[in-house]
Amino acid sequence: MSGEKDLEQLKKEAAEKAKAAALAKRKAMEHKEAAAEKPAEPASEDEDMAKKKAAAAAKAKAAALAKKKAMEQAESATEATAEPESAAEDDDMAKKKAAAAAKAKAAALAKKKAMEQAEASAEAPAEPESAAEEDIDLAKKKAVAAAKAKAAAAAAAKAKAARMAQAEGTETAPASDDEKAKAIAAAKAKAAAAAKAKAAAKAKQEGADSALAGDDEKAKAIAAAKAKAAAAAKARAAAAGKTAEAPAEEVKPSVNQPYLDKYVKVIEEHLGKDVIEDSYINRLSKDVPTLVAKREYYYKIAQFLKYNEQLGFEYLSELHGVDYETHMEVYVHLYSYINSQSVALKVKLDRDEPAIESLSTLWAGANWPECEAYDLLGIQFHNHPNLHRIMLGEEWVGHPLRKDYEPYDVEV
Amino acid sequence: MLRTEEMLLNVGPQHPSTHGVFRLILKIDGETIKEAKPVIGYLHRGTEKLAENLQYTQIIPYTDRMDYVSAMTNNYVICHAVETMMGIEVPERAEFLRVMAMELGRVSSHLLWWGTFVLDLGATSPLLYAFREREMILNLLNELSGARLTFNYMRVGGVKWDAPEGWVDKVREFIPHMREQIKGYHDLVTGNEIFLNRVKGIGKYTKEDALNYSLSGPNLRCTGVKWDLRKNEPYSIYDRFNFDVPVREEGDVLSRYHVRFAEIEEALKILEQCVEQFPEEGPILAKVPKIIKAPKGEAFVRIESPRGEIGCYIASDGKKEPYRLKFRRPSFYNLQILPKLLEGESISNLIAILGAVDIILGEVDG
Amino acid sequence: MIEGLLHDQAGLLNFVIFFVLGAVLLLVILGFVTYAILAERKVMGFMQMRYGPNQVGGPWGLLQTVADVLKLLLKEDTIPKLADKPLFILAPVIAFAPSFMVIATIPFTDKLQFADIGVGLLYYIAVSGLTTIGVVMAGWSSNNKFALLGGMRAAAQMISYEIPLVMSVLGVVLLTGSLNLNEIVSAQENVWYILLQPIGFIVFFIASVAELNRIPFDLPEAENELIAGYFVEYSGFRWAFFMLSEYVYMFAMASLTTVLFLGGWLPLFSFLDFIPGAVWFALKFSLVIFILLWFRSTFPRIKADQLMEFGWKVLLPVALANIFLTAIIKSLF
Repeated sequence: MSGEKDLEQLKKEAAEKAKAAALAKRKAMEHKEAAAEKPAEPASEDEDMAKKKAAAAAKAKAAALAKKKAMEQAESATEATAEPESAAEDDDMAKKKAAAAAKAKAAALAKKKAMEQAEASAEAPAEPESAAEEDIDLAKKKAVAAAKAKAAAAAAAKAKAARMAQAEGTETAPASDDEKAKAIAAAKAKAAAAAKAKAAAKAKQEGADSALAGDDEKAKAIAAAKAKAAAAAKARAAAAGKTAEAPAEEVKPSVNQPYLDKYVKVIEEHLGKDVIEDSYINRLSKDVPTLVAKREYYYKIAQFLKYNEQLGFEYLSELHGVDYETHMEVYVHLYSYINSQSVALKVKLDRDEPAIESLSTLWAGANWPECEAYDLLGIQFHNHPNLHRIMLGEEWVGHPLRKDYEPYDVEV
Repeated sequence: MLRTEEMLLNVGPQHPSTHGVFRLILKIDGETIKEAKPVIGYLHRGTEKLAENLQYTQIIPYTDRMDYVSAMTNNYVICHAVETMMGIEVPERAEFLRVMAMELGRVSSHLLWWGTFVLDLGATSPLLYAFREREMILNLLNELSGARLTFNYMRVGGVKWDAPEGWVDKVREFIPHMREQIKGYHDLVTGNEIFLNRVKGIGKYTKEDALNYSLSGPNLRCTGVKWDLRKNEPYSIYDRFNFDVPVREEGDVLSRYHVRFAEIEEALKILEQCVEQFPEEGPILAKVPKIIKAPKGEAFVRIESPRGEIGCYIASDGKKEPYRLKFRRPSFYNLQILPKLLEGESISNLIAILGAVDIILGEVDG
Repeated sequence: MIEGLLHDQAGLLNFVIFFVLGAVLLLVILGFVTYAILAERKVMGFMQMRYGPNQVGGPWGLLQTVADVLKLLLKEDTIPKLADKPLFILAPVIAFAPSFMVIATIPFTDKLQFADIGVGLLYYIAVSGLTTIGVVMAGWSSNNKFALLGGMRAAAQMISYEIPLVMSVLGVVLLTGSLNLNEIVSAQENVWYILLQPIGFIVFFIASVAELNRIPFDLPEAENELIAGYFVEYSGFRWAFFMLSEYVYMFAMASLTTVLFLGGWLPLFSFLDFIPGAVWFALKFSLVIFILLWFRSTFPRIKADQLMEFGWKVLLPVALANIFLTAIIKSLF
C-alpha cells in the first residue's frame, strides 16, 4: 500500500469514527457550530495551506455529518481546525507546550491503556516538530493536533460538556498556542478523569488550572459533568486519540512495530537472513505483527517462536488454512503470556500439493485444527500424530473449503 | 479358564451425558478407561463454507447456531471482526446493549452448564433451579431481540433493536435476585459430600498442559492463569467496568466449577455497572453503508465467550461476502485435552470430566 | 385365618383361597406402586418447582400412571437380535417375583399378615437377594455393553451392601431375641428400636437405599453414565416389570424399616392407641417413603469405587461395632 493511499484510508477511518461521535451528539453539534463559526475568518489568511487542511478535515467531517447541514458544519469545523496554523509560528514554543500538555496528561490519566495510546500519539507529532523546521510540516502537525483536540472535544459527549469544551477550545486557540495545548491537556484530563468520581475531581482541578482564569468557572462546570458523561467522554477521547493516531502513523508507525522489529531481528539473528518472506503489521487486525515464513523454515520459526526465551509464544490461539486460488495459506495466531503479545505466523503453500510440517508436536492444541484444515482444505501436515478427516468422515469426496469444490448436490 | 479382555464401548453419539451428538470410543478394562478416542463432526453444518456465499449481515444468524447457549457472544465476534476491519465506531448505547446482552448470556450459559453438569452427576433438581433463573434471562433477551435462543440481535455497527421501555429496570431488578439465588445453589450442591467426592481432584491438569492444549476460558483459569480477554485485551467497553478475573489453582473439576460460579458473580457486577451507566438515549446503530464491504485484507479478532476464547478470522477481497471466514471455536479447542484426561479414569469420572469441559456440540462441529 | 390355612391339608379349595388372596395382595401392591410413582413425581415436582402430572385423571393426574402402564402394555415387545432369548425373557420375571414374595412376611398390623414365619427377617433378606440374579441376567442376556456394566455394578453393589444390611439388623435381633417380625414389633412396645439402635438404623437405612438402587446409589442404572444400565434393551411390559419390582421393593423396604425400627403398627404414645394400627403403620411407612423420595431429588450419584469403599470400609465396620456394642449392653443389663 502506498503511503498516500494508506493515509486516505486512515482518514476515512478517522472520519468514520468522528461521524459516530457526531451522530451521537447531533444536538450538541448544533450548538458547537455556532461557537465554531466565530473564529472561522482568520483561517482564510493562508489560502493554500488552509485548502489542503480543509480538504483533509472536510473529509473527516463530511462523513460525520452525513445527515443534514453537512456543508456548513464541515466548513466551520474545517476552519476551526485550520486556524491554528496561522497561529502556529513559534515551533519552539509549541514544543514546550506539547511537552507540558503531555505532562499534564500523564498526571491526569496514568491508568488506562487506551489513554496511554492517545498520549503516545500526542507525543508523536510533538517530537518530530523539532527536527522538521519547515513551516508547512509544522503546520500540518499542528493541524493534526488540533484535529485531535477537536475530536476529543467533540467527543466529550453529553451536550453540555461538549459545548463547553468546544467553546473553550475555539476561544483559546487563536489567543496563543499555549492555551491551545493546555486546552488539549484539559480535554484529555477531563476525559481521563472519567469513570471514577475521584478522578473526576482531579480532572476538575487540572481543568481549572490549565484553563484561562476567566474560563475557570466554565472549566469547573465541565469537569463537574456527571460521572456517566465523563465515562463516555473518556471512551470517546480514547477513540479520538486513536483517530488522531492514524495520521501520525505516517511518521511513527503502529505501536506494535517495535515488537515486529524485535521478532524479525531475533529470528534473523538465530535462523539466518532469508527465513522470513515478509513481515508487516496487519492494520486491519488490531495491528497484529504478522510474519510470513518461508515454507522450508516454517516449522523452525514456529519452534523458535515457542522456545526462544525472548519470544516465548507458548499459546496457540488459532490455526487454519485459506485457499487463495493462487496458493494455499496456513494462518497461525500465537500468543505469549510472558510478553502479552500476539503474533500471526503465515506460510504460503503450493496449491496443487499443499503440505507442511505439523505444529502439533510443538503445541498439542494444534492437533485438531490441523485435522480440520486437512479435512476442509486438503492440506497435508507431516508428522501429525493422527491426521484424519475430523468433520466430514473419511468417505467424503473433496475438500469443501477449496474454492474449486463442487458440491455433491448442486441444487441443494 | 478365566480370561479378561478389553472391551470397546461407544459412548454416544446418542448418550444422555454427551450434551449433543458427541461420540467417544472407549477401550475399557472393566470400568477403567484405557484409551479414549473422541469422534466429532456429527453436527458439522459447514458454517464457514456457507458464509462464503453470504453477506456479512446474513452470516449473523448462522453464528447463533454455533454456540447456541450463548449466541450473543457469537453475534458479537463476527460483528466485531467486520467493525475492526472497517474501522467502524459503534455508538455508545449500542455497546452498552451488547455488553448487557453478552453478560446476561454468560450468566445463562453458566447456569445451564451448572444444571446439566450436576444432572450428569445424578442430581436432578439443580437443573430445574438453574432453568428458573435462566428463564428470566431468556425472557429479558427475548424482550430485547425477539428470540429466546437464536437472537440474531447484533449488527455490524450496533444492534438491531433498542431496549424496550423498562427493560433496563428489569435487568436492574434481576441482578440482586440472581445473587440471592446463587447462595441457594451453593447451599444445594456445593457443600454436598457426595458431590465433592465426585469432583475433587478429578480431571486434573497443569497450567502447562492447559496452555499447550490451547485451552481457554474457565478451563484455563482453573489452573491459575489469570487471563480474560475482557480484561487483558479489552474490546467493546469492557475497560470501563470494574470486575475481577476469577482464578483457581487446582486445575481439577471442582476448580472449574468454582471459577464458573465466580464468573457469574463478575458478570453480575458488570451488569450492575452497565445498568448504572446506561446512556439515556442515543443511536443504536452506527452509520454503516447499506452493503457492508470489508476492506481487502484479513483480520483475526478474539473475544471472551463463556466457554473461552472465541475468535473470528475474516479474509476479505473487498466484496460484500467474506472470501474466507473462520471461527476459532473454544469448545473445539477445549475438547482436545479430553483423551489425555480420560486415560485411566473410570466411567463415572468420564462423565464428570466431560461435563466440566462445558462443550456445546454446535460449536465443536462448527 | 392364614395361620389356620397354612396348617390345613392341601386341597383345591385351599389353593384357590391362597391364589385369590395372592391376587388381591398383588392388586393392592400394584395400586400402591401406581400411586407411589405418582407421589414420587408429585413430590419431585414440588421440590423442583414444577407441577408434576396434572392432566390425566383430574387435577392431580390421578390416572397418569395408569395411562403409562396401559401404554407400556400396548408397546411393541422388542428383543434384540443377538440377545440370549430365554434369559432375556426370564430376567424380568426373576427380578420381580422375589420382590413380591418378600411382602408375605411383613406384618402390617397385628392381624394383617400373610405368613408369620419364625425366621421372617432372614426370609426377607434371603429372598430379596434373588432379584440381583434377575438383574445380572438381564444385563448379560441383553448383549449390550452398557447393560453388562450395569449388571456387574448391580452384582457388586448387592454383595457389598447386603452384608452391612444384615449386620445392622443383627443388633435388633439381639435385643429382641427373635427373627420373627411380629415379635420384633412387640418388643418395641415401650421404646422403638430407632432410639435403642440409632447406629444400626443409620447403617440399615443407607444400605437399604443402596439395595433399592435409588439415588445416590443408583449405579446399576445410572442414567447419565450407563444410559439405563441393565434394562437398557428392555421395553414395553418387560421393562415395566423391572420398574414394578423396583417400586415393590421400595414398598417392602419401607415396610421393613417401619417394622424393624419404627415400631410397626404401634402408636407413638400409648394414649393414642384409639387410632387403628393400620393408620399408624401407614403414617410411618409414608414417612419413610417420603424420605426416600426426598433423597432422590436432592442427592447426586456416588461413584462406583467410592460406593465399594463406603460399603466395605465404613458401613461394615460400623455395623460390626454396633453388634459388639449391642452384645455388650445386652449382657450387662
